[in-house]
Amino acid sequence: MIAATGLVKRYLLGGQEVRALDGVDVHIGAGEMVAVRGPSGCGKSTLMNIIGCLDRPEAGSYRLDGEEVAGLDGDRLAGVRNRRIGFVFQTFNLLPRMSALDNVALPAHYGDLPDAGARARRALAQVGLDDRMHHQPNQLSGGQRQRVAIARALVMDPAIVLADEPTGALDSRTGEEILALFKQLNGQGRTIIMVTHDPAVAAHCPRQIHLRDGRVVEDG
Amino acid sequence: MRLSLVVGASLASLRANKLRSSLAMLGIIIGVAAVVSMVAIGAGAQAQVLERITAMGTDLLIIRPGQRGTGGVMSGTQQNLTLEDARALLDLPRVRQVTPVVQGMGQVKFLGRNTRVQVQGVALPYLPMRGFEVERGSAFSEAQVESSARVAVLGPVTAENLFGGAEPVGALVKVNGIGFTVVGVLKAKGDQGWFNPDDQVLVPYTVAMKQLFGLTRLREIDVQGAEGADLTQVQADVTRLLRRRHRQAEGSGDDFTIRNQAEMIETMSRVTRTFTLLLGSIAGISLLVGGIGIMNIMLVTVTERTREIGVRKAIGARNRDILRQFLVEAVVVSLLGGLVGAALGSATAWLISALGAFPARIEPTGVVLALGFSAAVGVFFGWYPARRAARLDPIEALRYE
Repeated sequence: MIAATGLVKRYLLGGQEVRALDGVDVHIGAGEMVAVRGPSGCGKSTLMNIIGCLDRPEAGSYRLDGEEVAGLDGDRLAGVRNRRIGFVFQTFNLLPRMSALDNVALPAHYGDLPDAGARARRALAQVGLDDRMHHQPNQLSGGQRQRVAIARALVMDPAIVLADEPTGALDSRTGEEILALFKQLNGQGRTIIMVTHDPAVAAHCPRQIHLRDGRVVEDG
Repeated sequence: MRLSLVVGASLASLRANKLRSSLAMLGIIIGVAAVVSMVAIGAGAQAQVLERITAMGTDLLIIRPGQRGTGGVMSGTQQNLTLEDARALLDLPRVRQVTPVVQGMGQVKFLGRNTRVQVQGVALPYLPMRGFEVERGSAFSEAQVESSARVAVLGPVTAENLFGGAEPVGALVKVNGIGFTVVGVLKAKGDQGWFNPDDQVLVPYTVAMKQLFGLTRLREIDVQGAEGADLTQVQADVTRLLRRRHRQAEGSGDDFTIRNQAEMIETMSRVTRTFTLLLGSIAGISLLVGGIGIMNIMLVTVTERTREIGVRKAIGARNRDILRQFLVEAVVVSLLGGLVGAALGSATAWLISALGAFPARIEPTGVVLALGFSAAVGVFFGWYPARRAARLDPIEALRYE
């Protein structure tokens, strides 16, 4: 499903070149649950951005379902992000002054789906928040907010869910609940890729990819 | 994304920042209010000026003697327009009516009261040509003009001054010591500014020339063009005829002047239109300043919502979705401001007319134009901030604190 080979991405940081990715090969099959681990600055966020089609590699090839992503223009990449990938962030990134339902429905509106509202209700039911759909984010607890964010990631029914430190802003008990939810989604056949620096979180994933200095040092 | 959703989101975000949104709107409100009220005042002035000129007749040529002089020094008005000139003009094919006019000041007396007014000696067509109507009694007849009858038609102000509430028709008044019978009173036309046509006395030109003022030459000849005739053409005919009658040498200047009412109306409407345009453009500058205010606020908004933009992009918003969102927001601000401003401007214009300071006239086209212009200001000044938002790098935007 995800076939990335020889990914290279460099940044200039304070006049110095940083090789965030230095020839990374990653292959992830459908239905896998993978943790991407490594210390900060190892390139895991850059890898996630490229897999999530927010960024393009300078060199190497990234095929998503056999389609080369490097050659797509901005609008097509937005379309891929909209339909095939769901994002979950560490700090939830819900839009303020918008109900949970409207937040969840947003990707469906960008995808011009006529049944955005119904889809959003279903997604909220899936994460167990159908009784909070008219609350605004600031009326919800951290765990509830992250559930809303997961519902938003699910509303377009994407094959892949990318989570960047999804439990980083939560206490450990709520974090466990969120991880359980990810496992449940994985059980339904969805591919989950999770970036984390926390070994306890990574332990929930059958497969772990270790990055260090822009290279894969361990995969399995 | 559907436009209605985008507009709804814009309204919600404006509500969230009420003070800021209203301040951004204020510039547009003042600008549009200024444009609408200024254009209303300009249009009102134009209507008033045209009404005044039209009140004097629209298809008239007013012929007056030229100035006498040699070597460029003018030394007074010539006395060269005759009754024969007037009769000859009537024979021109494109001329409908002609009236000779003589003028003088008259001391008009009735019982104990008296007033000093302008006395016009005219022929019968003068009244319809100049748009006068007789309100009480009647105008004098053709026969009375022919026979130099001592009859007079009074302007309403003159009649009021002399008679107060009493009935003037049938009364005997003295004009410069000569007795005249009042046969009619004119309907009021309103002060024209430079001359009040309601405060004058009209008498047959025959009696005015022979008995009142002892004149042989005319002060003025008024010519009305035939139905549908081109007044410029009539003017050319008149000029040719008078030059021939006055035996003017080829190449010399006319010894008379002709005022063409149609030209006058055109000139005045051009002048007032320019005036309106000038007022409107000055007001338009404030609209422009309001637009800059919107741009400023939108730039702040985009910076403030950088993270939101990143999130929207991550979940599938294309650059043009973001562009549209911020553009719509700018247009909503400016259009709302435009609506409030149009209402405020109309109210101001109405108030100015109601207070009698100036006859403002609210033009629906002007209001629509101002609204369209304010929307255009929103698009123009919202474009740069919106494009900046659309071009944000999603990764940078998501990382923005």
